[in-house]
Amino acid sequence: MAVSGGAGGRLHGTMTTSSYLTAIVLVAGAFYSLVVAAKAYDVPMAVHAWMFTLAFAAGVLAIGNRHFNALKGLPGADDGKGYNDTVIKYGVIATLFWGIAGMLAGFYIASELAFPALNFDFAYISFGRLRPVHTSGVIFAMGGNALIATSFYVVQRTCRARLAGDIAPWFVFWGYNLFIVIAATGYLMGVTEGREYAEPEWYTDIWLTIVWVTYLLVFLVTLMKRKEPHIYVANWFYLAFIVTIAMLHLGNNLTVPVSIFSSKSFSAFSGVQDALIQWWYGHNAVGFFLTAGFLGMMYYFVPKRAGRPVYSYRLSIIHFWALIFLYIWAGPHHLHYTALPDWAQTLGMTFSIMLWMPSWGGMINGLMTLSGAWDKLRTDPVIRMLVVSIAFYGMSTFEGPLMSIKAVNSLSHYTDWTIGHVHSGAMGWVGFVTFGAVYCLVPWLWKRERLYSIALVSWHFWISTMGIVLYITSMWVSGILQGLMWRAYDAQGFLEYSFVETVAAMHPFYVIRALGGLLYLTGTLIMVYNCWRTIRGDVRVGEPIIANAPANANASVGALAQPAE
Amino acid sequence: MSRFSHEVIEKNSILLLILSLIAVSIGGIVEIIPTFLIKTTVEDVKGVRPYSPLELAGRNIYIREGCYLCHSQMIRSLRSEVERYGHYSLAAESMYDHPFQWGSKRNGPDLARIGGKYSDEWHRLHMANPRQVVPESVMPGYPYLAKTPLDYTHIADDMKALRVTGVPYTDEEIANAKADLEAQVNPDADVTGLAARYPKAVIRNFDGNPQVVSELDALVAYLQMLGTLVDFNAYDSANFKQ
Repeated sequence: MAVSGGAGGRLHGTMTTSSYLTAIVLVAGAFYSLVVAAKAYDVPMAVHAWMFTLAFAAGVLAIGNRHFNALKGLPGADDGKGYNDTVIKYGVIATLFWGIAGMLAGFYIASELAFPALNFDFAYISFGRLRPVHTSGVIFAMGGNALIATSFYVVQRTCRARLAGDIAPWFVFWGYNLFIVIAATGYLMGVTEGREYAEPEWYTDIWLTIVWVTYLLVFLVTLMKRKEPHIYVANWFYLAFIVTIAMLHLGNNLTVPVSIFSSKSFSAFSGVQDALIQWWYGHNAVGFFLTAGFLGMMYYFVPKRAGRPVYSYRLSIIHFWALIFLYIWAGPHHLHYTALPDWAQTLGMTFSIMLWMPSWGGMINGLMTLSGAWDKLRTDPVIRMLVVSIAFYGMSTFEGPLMSIKAVNSLSHYTDWTIGHVHSGAMGWVGFVTFGAVYCLVPWLWKRERLYSIALVSWHFWISTMGIVLYITSMWVSGILQGLMWRAYDAQGFLEYSFVETVAAMHPFYVIRALGGLLYLTGTLIMVYNCWRTIRGDVRVGEPIIANAPANANASVGALAQPAE
Repeated sequence: MSRFSHEVIEKNSILLLILSLIAVSIGGIVEIIPTFLIKTTVEDVKGVRPYSPLELAGRNIYIREGCYLCHSQMIRSLRSEVERYGHYSLAAESMYDHPFQWGSKRNGPDLARIGGKYSDEWHRLHMANPRQVVPESVMPGYPYLAKTPLDYTHIADDMKALRVTGVPYTDEEIANAKADLEAQVNPDADVTGLAARYPKAVIRNFDGNPQVVSELDALVAYLQMLGTLVDFNAYDSANFKQ
């Protein structure tokens, strides 16, 4: 492994200028948080200030501990040479942990809609507070950790360079997970900006900004010190994801705090402009967090696992530029027939329809990478998972433009159809491509010959696929049904149904949806078990050996067709 | 001039970063900035005013409990919506909403014009247990709102922060914030100042318990004013004349 970087003459893990600086900043942060805790306007702010204090203190201890362990020559930390994989291992485990937590919250709120008694009149678990825990839990906690971990893995391999920074990658990992804990506990205490998928309050947003800029720097500097002449296509998508999320996060979270001691802030914008900015953000959280980032994952793990080069180099160039340029325009399709000016609605719809093309270009590029390796669909359930994820990507990126057409949207908006659409993308595409990557990464990172059980991967695949099918079909039916009931007229020309009649009609579908979510969660639990046994080094007896994807098995075709490593 | 090759971008991480940033900036700039510049984006209507302190406190609770996740406040310009909920929503009606609460999903009905449609007593029962008044409802119960005293220590600070964002609260309104808040739940108090500062404000004890200003007082005060400020007869006839 020819890798640049390393620690020069000094012992790896001992104090450097950057670790001294980090420790000083953390100490200062801890004292500042103590002051805020003492003078907080409200209980949630005091709780969060204490959490920050403890986290910063733990950070200082961890840096000191690392220094003394390195002096004593204790094993555990890496040697500072080769790839930095330890932080990625943490990332994979965090992905699994938050996946379970987020899906559990999802299953619970789905059950609350079917059986409202489950709210127990208890503020902390009522639907309105738990729903952001679910959405942030699966998108930002599971998805975010998966993106950070895989991007760190992919950028090192495809650049043949060690991850930049000594403690910076660790700061990104722990800092990001602290952000998640602060955000989620905030939701439970009712701390929210009231903007979907951007609920964390101002101080949590500032913390995320610091972490995210560090993430961008770690990624970018690793790219800059690469040994490979070309930047591999997966990294284009990761880079665009990181930088665009930074832009969206800053734009959508411009708020005026009531005080630096208050957890409450008010959006800098109001009404129609606020709505437009929120959905500029909201739709592109889908476009860049859940699409571009995970496409980076696809462009590495699919060719790697299939042992085939990416289908078309040219298509990946067109796919990349068209996708990132067009996505940003699509936000207004969330605001059809509202008080948003008509021209903006039309513009949003037009670009949403155009977006279908690059999306399917990406799907074709991913699927056709299997050319010459289609037999692996039969033998390797991990490939099956990756391929089905691309199929779901194609399906939901067809459904999305369809739903952005104003006439269709007049029916689908405000209904469960939207929820079903999101979940075909989230469970089918984002979930499955993540699971596929995790199944690749766990044996690679922990240096195991293979997964504990391939059969369990198949079980996971089929149980979760059934879960998705139940979920999205029930939401199609309930969404379209409710949309039609809202606009149904009787023979006298009056609205036929009261609102609550349409709510009552949803009940059976809400039960089926919860069941679908439970199946999906079950599949994920099987994966966690499988990964745990793999990490322990177990191999399930009596299973045929399927080797892991070969490393560098194929001669590279074209400049970029295949990852360097 | 040699033929352009994508290779140039692929070999330069900073160039890739900058070009990506340009590509993702254009759409937002073209769509968002004109809505601040074009005057007709927000209609010129009479009646819309900033929230009274009690209504604002109620709105904070509405946001805190995540009501927007199941209730929209945006009636679309579709026949079936206008007939169910009332006049379609104008941009002007949410011009003081920081943040907007238009919502994206209707697990429950739209609330843009809920004000005055139900009695305070109905709201009290409904919040305590929605299924007492609507048996098929899937809404969580919020019985604790009636029992929790409203914390309005910092209500004037809320209004000051909102003034920074552009809500035209006057010094007088901010100075009287606490007194106005208390007066709005006490019809026996001197409410002339409150009524002058916040026209059409509903002044009564919303939660039926005069002993204490509860969170329920604030929330119901907010719900009872939603969609009541604009006189649509005047608006529509003015529009028609145009």
